Amino acid sequence: MQSFDLASQSLRDLNATLQASSAQTNATQWEILNPRGAHAIAVGLDAPIEVTVRGSTGYYCAGMNKQAHVHITGSAGPGVAENMMSGTVIIDGDASQYAGATGRGGLLVIRGNASSRCGISMKGIDIVVEGNIGHMSAFMGQAGNLVVCGDAGDALGDSLYEARLFVRGSVKSLGADCIEKEMRPEHLEILRDLLARAGVDARPEEFRRYGSARKLYNFDIDNAAEY
Amino acid sequence: MTTHDKRIPQTAPIQSATFTNPINAEIRRAAATGIYDIRGGGAKRKVPHFDDLLFLGASISRYPLEGYREKCDTRVTLGTRFAKNPIELDIPVTIAGMSFGALSAQAKEALGRGASAAGTSTTTGDGGMTDEERGHSTKLVYQYLPSRYGMNPDDLRRADAIEIVVGQGAKPGGGGMLLGQKISDRVAEMRTLPKGIDQRSACRHPDWTGPDDLEIKILELREITGWQVPIYVKVGGTRPYYDTALAVKAGADVVVLDGMQGGTAATQDVFIEHVGLPTLACIRPAVRALQDMGMHREVQLVVSGGIRSGADVAKALALGADAVAIGTAALIALGDNDPKWESEYQKLGTTTGAYDDWHEGRDPAGITTQDPELAARLDPVEAGRRLRNYLKVMTLEAQTIARACGHNHLHNLEPEDLCALTMEAAAMAQVPLAGTDWYPGKPGTGY
Repeated sequence: MQSFDLASQSLRDLNATLQASSAQTNATQWEILNPRGAHAIAVGLDAPIEVTVRGSTGYYCAGMNKQAHVHITGSAGPGVAENMMSGTVIIDGDASQYAGATGRGGLLVIRGNASSRCGISMKGIDIVVEGNIGHMSAFMGQAGNLVVCGDAGDALGDSLYEARLFVRGSVKSLGADCIEKEMRPEHLEILRDLLARAGVDARPEEFRRYGSARKLYNFDIDNAAEY
Repeated sequence: MTTHDKRIPQTAPIQSATFTNPINAEIRRAAATGIYDIRGGGAKRKVPHFDDLLFLGASISRYPLEGYREKCDTRVTLGTRFAKNPIELDIPVTIAGMSFGALSAQAKEALGRGASAAGTSTTTGDGGMTDEERGHSTKLVYQYLPSRYGMNPDDLRRADAIEIVVGQGAKPGGGGMLLGQKISDRVAEMRTLPKGIDQRSACRHPDWTGPDDLEIKILELREITGWQVPIYVKVGGTRPYYDTALAVKAGADVVVLDGMQGGTAATQDVFIEHVGLPTLACIRPAVRALQDMGMHREVQLVVSGGIRSGADVAKALALGADAVAIGTAALIALGDNDPKWESEYQKLGTTTGAYDDWHEGRDPAGITTQDPELAARLDPVEAGRRLRNYLKVMTLEAQTIARACGHNHLHNLEPEDLCALTMEAAAMAQVPLAGTDWYPGKPGTGY
């Protein structure tokens, strides 16, 4: 395993080194020591490498990730895995605001809780949160799946497009145009697969599904109060 | 009063200056439909503008340069602060951000062709980067918007600069809007949304709020792109001093400042006409912010919103901008609102010069549409040539003025070259009212 110590080496060198990795590299395993809440750690990666961040990160860790598997042993600051394209990001602790914002693909797993706006404007990413999530999560979510094993805060799925939301616990309130929907067999299958890939021990039948009522898709004066 | 007795002189009908016919028509339209008016373009109301300024040509106190003989440089470099590869432009006139989706693929190609032929840059919009516009633009600025439609690290890395859009002059504080009529299969796929639905874009970025966050976001984008390309921050003209200062503090290489005459693909008319500052009022406060921070010319200022001619370019530069951006004017150069389509404009209930229903996708000129038949009306090669010609004319005009003022580079134009025709323009541009040495608010004058 290659080791990179942010106590003595620069962020620029770290990202340049990791970004230079190719699919053929032998250096497939990296650990990052002493992250100490630094921002923009391991951003813009584009190779199937494994990166373990030993500690907690600041903003945008694993931003725009492609292919790489990033494991944060602590907690993550705002915007972790923002706009992720593919690969996997796993956080052992909690995640701050905007986790997985605008993500397009890949899997984001948060073992602890996620703060507000988790999955905001998600565009295809799969997010699994073992704990609770904060308010306005999945706001304007366009595609992908958000799985919450705990409770969801206020205004879940506000102005939702086509993202699927699965919540096992309570939902404090639903946002505009977000409704509970029937959990059909195909949804149980999707959920079972997501839970398995995230390594979460939970039964799909315990969850409820939420999605868009699609009333805001084209302007209608009778729905103006929802805007 | 009126009377039916025809033998008595009649009071002439008097139209209200408050309830004008256009105002009354809008009241009736709102009452009939229940929805606000949506349109494209920028503010149409008359506001103090560059027309209210004049240049003071050389005389005894200054001598002019010989037109056609003595050189007047027009080159500009954007992004010299942090980027390894700043953008080098032959002319200080760039093409503002306009999306594929709002515009046809042919129009985007034409913008790229014209800008490239003139030695300047063009800019993507809210919807991502297409291969066509990348291919036809030698210098392409990639917009980073709240919606993040089409955003991906590969396109980020093949851009020549990144423009973080905080706002735009037509709707500072507002989000984007692309109505269902223009959501073709390709547009829908690029934006990861169903075909035919109204696409609303958020007004705030999803993963940062405020200047301290912006600084970290800029760091992330630089780390992803290896600190290679400049990062612009675009703001709508509302609080230009503080917005410029905060953008600089956050680490911007370039500040793009868009006044209320700047166009949009679609938003509420009430927003366009009633929110924001005229372009003229934005420039001096922004320049002062740069000067106060010791960053004038270190961080470049690009001004947009109602730039139409070389005179406008020269005036913006004289007030302290490093370059300008054009949007509406570029579309007109391509063929938008051309009189040859008058009969079709009439069918749409409008007329040449007034057509602004760009959101409906029925543009007779084939520019603001996704209809294949209409879009095919625009020849991107010919339209690109027209844009190139127009950009070159603007540049020649600006050079003519600069030489007359005795300057061998457009950037040597200065506020002292200008005077104002109105009190309002004098106050906004902070140049003397014509024939005086005074402007409202001039330090030391007590007014």
